Amino acid sequence: MGINIRHYLKSFTLAELLQGLKVTGKYLFERKITVQYPEQKTPLSPRFRGLHALRRYPNGEERCIACKLCEAVCPALAIKIELDERPDGTRRTTRYDIDLFKCIYCGFCEEACPVDAIVETPIFEYHFEQRGENIMTKAKLLAIGDEHEAMIARVKAEDAPYR
Amino acid sequence: MSELITIEVNGKAYDVRPGQMLIEATDNLGIEVPRFCYHKHLSIAANCRMCLVEVEKMGKPLPACATPVAAGMKVWTQSEKAVDAQQAMMEFLLINHPLDCPICDQGGECELQDQAMTYGKVQSRYQEVKRVVLDPDIGPLIETEMTRCIQCTRCVRFGTEIAGIRELGGIGRGDRMAITTYVEQALQSELSGNIIDVCPVGALTAKPSRYTARAWEMIAHATVAAHDSVGSNIEVHTFDNKIVRVVPRENDTINQCWISDRDRFSYEGLNSSERVLKPLIKRDGEWQTVSWQEALAHTHELLTQLKPEQSTGLASANATLEELYLFQKVLQGLGVSQIEHRLRQVDAQATQVLPAVTWLGLPIEQISEQKLIILIGSDVRHEQPMLNHRIHLAQRLGAQVFALNMRQVAFNYPVEQLAVAPAQLSSLLQSVISGLSEQGLALPNDGSTLELIQRHDTQNWVQGLLAALAQAQGKVLVLLGNSAQEHPYYADLATLAQLLAQQLSGHLGFIPPQANSVGADWVTTLAPQDEVGKAVELNSELDTVVLLNVEPEYDTANPYLTLSRLRQAKQVIAITSFMSPALRDYATVILPCTPWAETSGTYVNAEGTWQFARAVTEPKGEARPAWKILRVIGHQLSVPECEYVNIEQISFELRRLVDKHPLTPPTIQPVTTLRISNESGLERIGEVQAYRVDNVVRRASALQALVPETKAHIHPNTATHLALMPDTLVTVRQGEASLSLPVWWDESLPENTVWIAGGTEASAQLGEAWGRIELRAGGKT
Repeated sequence: MGINIRHYLKSFTLAELLQGLKVTGKYLFERKITVQYPEQKTPLSPRFRGLHALRRYPNGEERCIACKLCEAVCPALAIKIELDERPDGTRRTTRYDIDLFKCIYCGFCEEACPVDAIVETPIFEYHFEQRGENIMTKAKLLAIGDEHEAMIARVKAEDAPYR
Repeated sequence: MSELITIEVNGKAYDVRPGQMLIEATDNLGIEVPRFCYHKHLSIAANCRMCLVEVEKMGKPLPACATPVAAGMKVWTQSEKAVDAQQAMMEFLLINHPLDCPICDQGGECELQDQAMTYGKVQSRYQEVKRVVLDPDIGPLIETEMTRCIQCTRCVRFGTEIAGIRELGGIGRGDRMAITTYVEQALQSELSGNIIDVCPVGALTAKPSRYTARAWEMIAHATVAAHDSVGSNIEVHTFDNKIVRVVPRENDTINQCWISDRDRFSYEGLNSSERVLKPLIKRDGEWQTVSWQEALAHTHELLTQLKPEQSTGLASANATLEELYLFQKVLQGLGVSQIEHRLRQVDAQATQVLPAVTWLGLPIEQISEQKLIILIGSDVRHEQPMLNHRIHLAQRLGAQVFALNMRQVAFNYPVEQLAVAPAQLSSLLQSVISGLSEQGLALPNDGSTLELIQRHDTQNWVQGLLAALAQAQGKVLVLLGNSAQEHPYYADLATLAQLLAQQLSGHLGFIPPQANSVGADWVTTLAPQDEVGKAVELNSELDTVVLLNVEPEYDTANPYLTLSRLRQAKQVIAITSFMSPALRDYATVILPCTPWAETSGTYVNAEGTWQFARAVTEPKGEARPAWKILRVIGHQLSVPECEYVNIEQISFELRRLVDKHPLTPPTIQPVTTLRISNESGLERIGEVQAYRVDNVVRRASALQALVPETKAHIHPNTATHLALMPDTLVTVRQGEASLSLPVWWDESLPENTVWIAGGTEASAQLGEAWGRIELRAGGKT
């Protein structure tokens, strides 16, 4: 019987509605967390795994030695490498393709790389307009590395103490 | 066999054979002991110290590879003491190792890598400067990276013990020790590629496959090598439908764990730019690429017009058994009876006196058990490197090797060798036989009717032979080599070889020249009597010639004559894998067939073992396996029983047919009279260069870099007599064929002979490989 009276009281005083509106009201006057992307951006962890890049040494020599470990470790089979001996006798890739449609951005390639050549940069704003643009070739990857070397070096340095 | 003894390993008792080393016992028991320098087919060096194990009552750990097992021995392979020793050894080994695994071709299949993971410590404590060793250039086959070397000396021991030539050695001591060729030079051994396999690290790697693929991405296909009559078991490693490398597959009865360089590096020829990828037809002197349908229709048209008596089929004995069988079946269906695969054999009499199948006469494995081996007309080391390895093995086990040759062949083990000019070889054999009979070795009945001439002084050689015979315990083997088989008097040589074998109560064997020589012989025996095996007469009225993977300019005994006859022939249908300028000239139709590795089929080796080799890569272009091409041709021509669906059907049919003709020890119908050559003048020695034996090898670039420039080799005495100085040009003439070649003085030759290797670009323009030759000073460049 008592349960029934309480039930009617709750119903007629709109207690549950007010309880809900209390939450609404609280957020109505609280500081907003919506980010006005792209004008505003959230901070990114130095570990963020975005677009890939191939790095160079400060003297301009490409780091990649075509060891194929990234290709071996890639769980999505997104990397394709072909290699040959460069005229100076060093081991180099003649083809280094990453298919970004296959890539799952797990970062294993970066982990596997013995010379820190392939990295995943914090860049995540990119798109493809044509079929085939999703294949990142060696030239494209090196160009990204060249353009953002300062940023890549900074995030790697930031993350280094925790590795 | 002595009694077994009991040892205890890791707390468990085992019965093992006494006299073996501890590591052999643990290997047989499946207990893992790490090692670098130990190799079961090489001598024990015990210098890597990686196999240290703890043995009861021993103060220090002992190397398992150099510790013989003893009754009651207690061994711990993984005790604290043993593990400590192994970890310490690994730390020492890694001190001077560059740790450049990511760029090392051995990475992923490296014994050092694997054992460092299993038996090494996690961290290195070494902070000092590492040693660097300069890399010697040891030729086009093997890449060196000597900083990676851990001085296990397997390659050095391989050179001394298996290859028989000490080409690599260690210089310096301690951490300055380096493995090198003392004088920088390319390795000369025909088995040199095996040091790539024995090297536990990446110090010695294959140059042709340098930086092409990683160990983990390759697919291994078990197959059989097809360049000599041993049929070495190999593993072909492919990546992206391309052959990356060839490594040996262990088979103790055939090739143990070695293969020859020819088998290892020949695969490069498969990717030659000269591969024929589409059928071609010659119309009004112009070559046109056509569809298979058109090509086969055209072939059908040509074959229906064929005149059987004036037509012939030439097949390579490197083709598979199934291909040779269908080739014979189709041509026989057309009434053609002249079908030949022994293209270098010139003696017409040989076909009448020789056994139907000329084979080794005993299992390959048993060669190493012989105590006395006599080679007749054979540079076995370059003809059949793996058979030579067996003879070398026999020699190391105490056998004595004797040879009767047409030049002083450079063997890689001690051989008592007599060398005379080719025309004298028969009389040399006769002198030996009569010399032996004078010493009391009776001639068998059928030999006593022969008139033996004694022209040569063979006394010392015969005395040596008799001394060796006294210790041979009946284990005597007489082998007729490839040069003897190409000799114009092959029938006489074979008769005399049989006499010699009977006198010595030994086996007689033939060294079959090509991958499927025995198989091809066998196929010939399947044909109705007297229909096949007629000597091929290349006369000027040839009608149709069908070629199966033959390049007559290199593969025949008389390239000049064969080529001119082929040019005169009405039509030449070539089923071939490779294009050549000569082929463009004489052929009418070219049907592209797949070479070895792209075609499945059976190879019968020297000892008569059937080995089925599966295709390992997809056919290139529109090339098709020759058996499929022949099947369609046969079908079109309504040849009965040509309706095969798959290769196994042909194999089973062959197996059934061949089982009715089992191999018997080769016996020869002796010739009744021996021929005597009374011609005077210069004679040519024309054995085939080792890396020019078939159309695939001839296009393997790394091996071709090892083929020396063709020169007219001549004995200094003969050269002075003819006033020929080394490296001056000379005009070589054989009948109508002539050519300018540089002269080379060579003391290994008998006087009045000229050695011009066969199978080369130069010899393709010459005549008989073993015949008369003229030299005239001066020549055109």
